Parts: sequence; C-alpha cells; structure tokens
Amino acid sequence: MTRENYLNKLKNQTRFIQGDEAAAYGALYAGCNFFAGYPITPASEVAELMAKELPKTGGYYIQMEDEIASMGALIGAAWSGGKSMTATSGPGFSLMQENIGYACMTETPCVIVNVQRSGPSTGQATMGAQGDMLQARWGTHGDHEMIALSPSSVQESFDLMIEAFNLSEKFRNPVIFLLDGEVGHIREKVVFPDVSELNIYPRNISKVKTDVFGGARIPPMIEFGMGHRIHVTGSTHKSNGMRDVVSLEAHDTLIRRLNDKIESCRNEIARYKEHFTDDMEYLVVSYGASARPSMGAVLKLREKGFRIGFLRLITIWPFASTIVKELGKKANKIFVPEMNLGQISREIERFVSCDVLPVSKIGGVPHTINEIAEYIEKIIVLK
Amino acid sequence: MKNNLLKYLRTEILPTEFCAGCGCGTVLNIFCHVVDEMKINPDDIIMVTGIGCSSWIPSPYFSADTLHTTHGRAIAFATGVKVMKPEKHVIVIAGDGDLAGIGGNHLIHAARRNIDLTVFLVNNYIYGMTGGQVSPTTPSSVPTTTTPYGNTESPFKIAELVAAAGANYAARWTTYHIFHLKKAMKDAIQKKGFSFVEICSQCPTSYGKRIGMREGIDQLKDFRDNSIDIRKVSEYDENVLENKFIVGKIAERTRPEFTESLRKINMKFDEERA
Repeated sequence: MTRENYLNKLKNQTRFIQGDEAAAYGALYAGCNFFAGYPITPASEVAELMAKELPKTGGYYIQMEDEIASMGALIGAAWSGGKSMTATSGPGFSLMQENIGYACMTETPCVIVNVQRSGPSTGQATMGAQGDMLQARWGTHGDHEMIALSPSSVQESFDLMIEAFNLSEKFRNPVIFLLDGEVGHIREKVVFPDVSELNIYPRNISKVKTDVFGGARIPPMIEFGMGHRIHVTGSTHKSNGMRDVVSLEAHDTLIRRLNDKIESCRNEIARYKEHFTDDMEYLVVSYGASARPSMGAVLKLREKGFRIGFLRLITIWPFASTIVKELGKKANKIFVPEMNLGQISREIERFVSCDVLPVSKIGGVPHTINEIAEYIEKIIVLK
Repeated sequence: MKNNLLKYLRTEILPTEFCAGCGCGTVLNIFCHVVDEMKINPDDIIMVTGIGCSSWIPSPYFSADTLHTTHGRAIAFATGVKVMKPEKHVIVIAGDGDLAGIGGNHLIHAARRNIDLTVFLVNNYIYGMTGGQVSPTTPSSVPTTTTPYGNTESPFKIAELVAAAGANYAARWTTYHIFHLKKAMKDAIQKKGFSFVEICSQCPTSYGKRIGMREGIDQLKDFRDNSIDIRKVSEYDENVLENKFIVGKIAERTRPEFTESLRKINMKFDEERA
C-alpha cells in the first residue's frame, strides 16, 4: 500500500523540476520497483531521485560497480518480478550494450534511460547531444529490434516514461528512453496525475507452466520462484527455453519472431506529432531538444509565408516510416535539425525520394530558432 | 536401481557434455547431495551462471530456475534476483575465467556488499571451453595456448581475495576432498551474507595435459598429495606453499547482510506511515 499512499500524495501537485527527475517520477508512477545504476553526468539526477524515493514506495535502489553490472541486475530483477530501470549516458550506455542484447534475446522487460551527452568517448560530459540515436538502435550485436522513445519537454519526459514501461511489458523488450542533456537538465512545470486514471500495462504472467520463449508472437512471462523451473539463456533457445545452438531452424524461428513482434506493430508503437502538414511544400522533422527550436523555426517561416510543415518524432525506434513515407511524397525537401551529424536524416533517406538535408549542430548547445530558420530559408530561396 | 539424486536433474538432456575426467560432474554430484541432505526444495533455489564449462554444472543440468547470463556477469544478475527474492537461495556456480577474470569486479563488490549469495567458483586454472587459454588463476610458468612460452603473470589467490573484500564466508577445497567440500558447500548455503567456496577442479582436456597430467585422475592425485590444511600453513616456508593447494575455511564472520539493510530502510518508511 505504500506506493499508492506515496502517489496519492503527489496527485495534482505541480512541480518545477528537471527532465531527469520527471523521468524518475514517471517510472515511479509506472510501477518501477527496482533501479540499478552508476553515477554519470548528465543522468545522475535520475539515480539520485530514485535512491531517495524508491524506498518510500517499497522499491529498491542499488548503486552497482559499473553499468555492465547495472544492466545485469536489471535483468535478474525483472525475472524475479521487478519492474526495473537504469539511467546512464553515452559511456555507460556503451558498456550496457551486451546485456541489452541479452534482454532482447531473453525478452526481458526493462527501461534504460540514456541522457545523451556529446561523444564519442568522454566527449563533452556536461554538454547535451543526440549522438546515440543509432547506437540505441544498433548498439548491441546481432539482428534485433529496439524500442526507443525521445521526449521534448519535462512534462513529456514524465508522461512518456509511463509509456516506456508499458511498451516494455507489452512487447517484452528493453525500451531505451532517449533523453538528451538539454531535456534532462532543463526545469519546467510538471503536473502529476492521478495514478488510478493512468493505463498501466500489467505484466502477462502465466500461472501454469508454459512455454515462455515461443508458442505465441509475444509469449507470457513467468517469475522465478513459482516452481516452473524455467531456463533463461542468452544462447539460441527453443520455445521452452532450452538451448539449441546448432539448428538453423531454432535460430531462424527465434530471431525472426523477436524481430517480428516489434516490426509488425511498428505503426502502433511509432508515436509522432504532425503540424501544418496539410498545405506543406517543405517539411521539418525533429525530435527531443532539437524539436523545440525546430517548431519555433517552422512558425517563423510560416509567418513569412513559406508553406512548411513539421513532424516531431516521439518514438525513434521502430522508426515512424509510414508517416515519413507519406509526407515524403508531398515534400520538396525535408530538413532535419538534430544535435549530431545527421543520424536520423540518414534513416529518413531510406523512405523518401526527395532531398533530405541534415541541419546538424554539435558542440553541446542546441540550435537557435534563427539558425534553423535562416538555414532553411536560404536553401528554399536559392532553389 | 534409479539414482535418488536424478530428481534434481533435467534428465531429458543427460548425459552431460563434460569431457571424460572433468571435475564438473563431481561438483554437480556433490551439489545434488548438498541440496538433498539440506532438504532444500529446488523450487526455492535460483541458479545463476555465466559462460564457460563450469557454468554448465547447474545450467542446464540442475532442475531449478536457471538464469544463464552473459560472460562474467552472473553475480551482477544474481544481485538483481536476490534483492527481489530475498527468501530464495540464489546460488552462482561458474568458473575462474568467468568470476575471477572478466567478472572479477562483480565478485569483489558483491563480497564487499555482503549480499546473501552463495558462489561456487570452480577453478580449473584455464579457459577450458575456448580451448586452453591462460586464466587469472593459471599458475606462473605454465604454458597455455596464449602463453606458449609459459605464463608470465601470477595467479589470483581468489578465495583470499574474496575474504579480504568482506565476504561472510570463504573457503577452498578440491574435487578430491569431496566430504570436506560438501560440508563447506552446506556451510556456504546456510551462512547469511556473501558466501564463497573456491573448488579446485581438474581439466584434463585443456589444462592437465599442459602440466603433465593427461588424465583426470592425475590431477585428483595432485590435489590429494599437494593440499595443505590452512590451519597448518605456519609450519611451511612460503616458497613451499606457493605450489600447494591450501584448503579449508579462510574466513567466517557476521557482517550485516545487504538486502536486509535495504529492507530496513523500506520498513522505516512503512512504520512512519502507520
């Protein structure tokens, strides 16, 4: 009952908090009861808040010896009934990759927050970036699908975290929560909702002994200690969990199902917001912190009479290819402001035939509205 | 006559894939005896393992919940399990490469944290599964596939390291000392806090042959003839001890256990509310 009491106290409260903190509160609302992490800028606030608040809700916080251990503990906790989460930034995210792959392979729900900073390597530790967009998709080895979400505001960081847990439970897949240093550290207003009005997806636990690694596109889970004597392995396995590392069929069946369970629901998972796309000649696509000046630039250019639309990606992976394809047919050019050297613009190129122009800015400072507007205007006018 | 201990195994996947003469079968056998004699219901055991021959002792063969993790990370995964399931026996069985090599950091931190895990490190002094590369417990000068001119490094005294890191229980035995080993494994399971038994084991395929012991029995005889009771080490010169197996209990203490300390914090908030 402690969790309900705790959340009832928060109900309808307005707070002025950071995106990192909002993500942590969102996790508490979603039912997170296990956090394992390792300090890193600019993600430490998530861990600090969880360390302080989780015990009040009956949950557990552990600071592990590194990010590899954090990710391992998450998976162990998840199979033991936990809704588990960690938070890190680029260097730690790199260390987590092997065990993120293990979570994909064993269909373990968990949420990994990556508050992105400038890389590669130690890079600019205190400066935000969006350089891990493709690492989130392809960071771990082997064929796999990934779910990744990217909020643009503090309130959205809270709201979307609940979605992150829900998707993770529903699809039995790790979910990467791609904050960037800007949204992670900015302070904005958040209004806490009534938890009873939220839709929290419950874990599908089978009470009877059944196959938990096949037999359905998304099989039910079990929890350790139920007496089912389940075998969980990162090796290729049959639907009952037992290892089969030599047959082509076993690997083919497993890996195709793991990919298919996400890919077949691409449109369901892919969240986005469209603005001014009805009359558009040009399109701006952005996400996270860069979506904020992007929207400002679009408004400014529209005031000047340019027919320009805006698509804000909320789900990054699986990629919102359907809407991008559709809008790509209407647009003469697509501009993609992002705080990297064109990671998502590459992905957009795969789905459209018009020009895709990255509006890149790196160095740890977000674009200004004018930088984006002037760049776009120059290209449109010079056409 | 059906072996009474077969009920502890996933018999559908027997025989095991261990090489002839390997010590892993002995460890599995003793572990089944331990569970049987302690009357532990396997439903109350969660086995966590890593990558390597020794990790196969419980997984897949032992019939309980088995979490077969990435290389070296068994203790990290087990930490998450134990925090959420403190009432269960969470037991790690893995090898020297796994627990002392790639996972060495998790081992010492779990010992420092004194989390109530039981860890059996089966030390065969070599990376066996990958074909005989040097490990962090390979003695100096021994030739391996990656130290063809002899090992230029010194091995960890891994049980002593774990004891120094703060474990509530640490011991070392060999696959020759099956009764002592069984007793130590029981003590380790019983003991609250981080409990650790290093089990020196034979690997004729990838290690024994490099030290002139081609058959499993040769290494067992070596364990028999060259083990020294830890209580008698003061009677020997240090250079004599270097090539001996020092067996016995290395540490036993009663530091507070980690998950209990975590729960105390949560209980404090429960009480405040009530």
